Amino acid sequence: MIEIRDLEFSYGQGGFSLEIPCLDVADGEQVAVVGPSGSGKTTLLNLVAGIASPRSGKVTTNDHEISGLQDAARRDFRIANIGLVFQEFELLEYLNVLDNILLPYRINRTLQLNADVRERAEAFARRVGISDKLARHATRLSQGEKQRVAVCRALVVEPPLLLADEPTGNLDPLNKDRVLDILFDYARRNAATLVTVTHDHDLLERFDRVIDFKDFYAHLKQEQVESIAGAI
Amino acid sequence: MRDVLYLAWRYLVYHRWKTAILVTSIMLIIYLPIGLNVVVEQSAEHLTARAGATPLLIGAKGSPLELVLNSLYFSSERPELIDYSEAQSVVDSGLANAIPLYVRFHSRNKPIVGTTLDYFDFQDLRFASGRPMAVLGECVVGAAAAESLDVSPGDALVSSPETVFDLAGVYPLKMNVTGVLERTFTPDDDAIFVDVKTAWIIEGLGHGHQDLAKAEAASGILSRTEDNIVANASVVQYNEITEDNADSFHFHGNLAEYPLTAVLAVPKDKKSGVILMGRYANDEATSQIVRPVTVVDELLDTILTIQQFIVAAVVIVGSATAATAVLVFLLSLRLRRREIDTMHKIGGSRARVGSMLLAEVFIVVILSCTLAATMTLATWRYGSSVIEILVLT
Repeated sequence: MIEIRDLEFSYGQGGFSLEIPCLDVADGEQVAVVGPSGSGKTTLLNLVAGIASPRSGKVTTNDHEISGLQDAARRDFRIANIGLVFQEFELLEYLNVLDNILLPYRINRTLQLNADVRERAEAFARRVGISDKLARHATRLSQGEKQRVAVCRALVVEPPLLLADEPTGNLDPLNKDRVLDILFDYARRNAATLVTVTHDHDLLERFDRVIDFKDFYAHLKQEQVESIAGAI
Repeated sequence: MRDVLYLAWRYLVYHRWKTAILVTSIMLIIYLPIGLNVVVEQSAEHLTARAGATPLLIGAKGSPLELVLNSLYFSSERPELIDYSEAQSVVDSGLANAIPLYVRFHSRNKPIVGTTLDYFDFQDLRFASGRPMAVLGECVVGAAAAESLDVSPGDALVSSPETVFDLAGVYPLKMNVTGVLERTFTPDDDAIFVDVKTAWIIEGLGHGHQDLAKAEAASGILSRTEDNIVANASVVQYNEITEDNADSFHFHGNLAEYPLTAVLAVPKDKKSGVILMGRYANDEATSQIVRPVTVVDELLDTILTIQQFIVAAVVIVGSATAATAVLVFLLSLRLRRREIDTMHKIGGSRARVGSMLLAEVFIVVILSCTLAATMTLATWRYGSSVIEILVLT
């Protein structure tokens, strides 16, 4: 599902930089990404989603070389293939729950809003227990409810890849489990790939694999030493 | 496009107060100069039409504008009075027909216009019901006045005293309504027309009372000579002219010295008009003759100058408001940075997100324009009536 080769990325001159020589995530795999703050976990998700573009190297997502696409094509690809969940929910305050869930269908013409989609949105809302709040504005929801709406928004297009950036960071233990259950349940039912950035090590056992950026950098350093030694 | 408009609409509805303020501000920027222009154009048309149809007005020396407004629009500002002899001298000159006007009294805030039947012919007034006044004490009512006073032929109207506390002043006279005029959309619609002699009776220059030669009045007689009888206040004075008491009504003094507010002169031809005007060019003359259209044009020139000042002020204020509206929009974009970023992150196309923001501006502008158009239409429909109420009464 995700294939990264010789990736180099940096935010401007002398800013944060990230290098990933090789990273693969298989179809249907459920992966947790952990590591210290500022190590590049969110940047990794942005690169995989095509929100950010690498300076060099190749990022292939769902058999599409996303790093080689133009901005408009990346957006079209992202909205149809990747469900994004954020720590701060990022719901639109002026829309009600149903409209927030259906938002992807209104902001890109690649997706067409029709009765089936509405039905699917309501089904997701039922599954996560917010079907009685579809007409309510986002500002009048609890934190747990807001994240469930945000998850529904990510799932409504039925993407093969879910990228979640600390989706449980602002939730109490009960809602934390509930949101993760929804994400894992969707991934299992649809054979979708799930990549989740988290700081919560208690959750790691639920994932198939854990990518620790600390080890990743240590591994990188070892590779660099070997590369220099080879050159000598 | 539907989705873009839907999102923009949801945003505007959610922030309804901000939207309402923006819409109102932009509406005012658009409406004020246009509405003002409509009002001025309509007033000009309205004033010019009636003034243009009135050839000459003769009145006491003083403000020509006051004379025109009182004579043509029955405004409550009364000019200095002239004698009835002015009307007679115009007729005697053979240069013009003279229609006397005595616009001084009111009945329930409607002006009572003392004139002659010639006025109806001159203004081409037609009767919706009833007939013209034929004897003293009868009146004809304009369409709007009849509607607001709820009167029709056979009803009666009472003239209003000029001042409540002036016991020696004008007494109310009960007048019988004999006819109602068709609507003309001119000040005539709001007036009550009486014969000029009836107006003089309202003023007290003519009156009717108990026959002093009869025995019932004997107790009220103070002195009696061959030419004159002096009676006290116990002698009954009539405040209504009926078939029974009509003969008792009479006028004291010289009719030629009775007051008028103006004489409407209708020259027989252009040359007669010029000659007639020449007769009043003398500095020593106590009366003046004016062409109403010239007076109204001068008034309009003044209004136009004021309008230009107002429009200039509106343009400056409008520019400031427009700049503020743009600033509000740009600040709102900064405040919505995160929301816009979220839409971009989840895959929203630049065109759609941008269109959504533009659609918000578009909807606000369309709403403002629609409101401004509605206000302009309302101004066009009711503006002249409002101006009449505010300016002429």
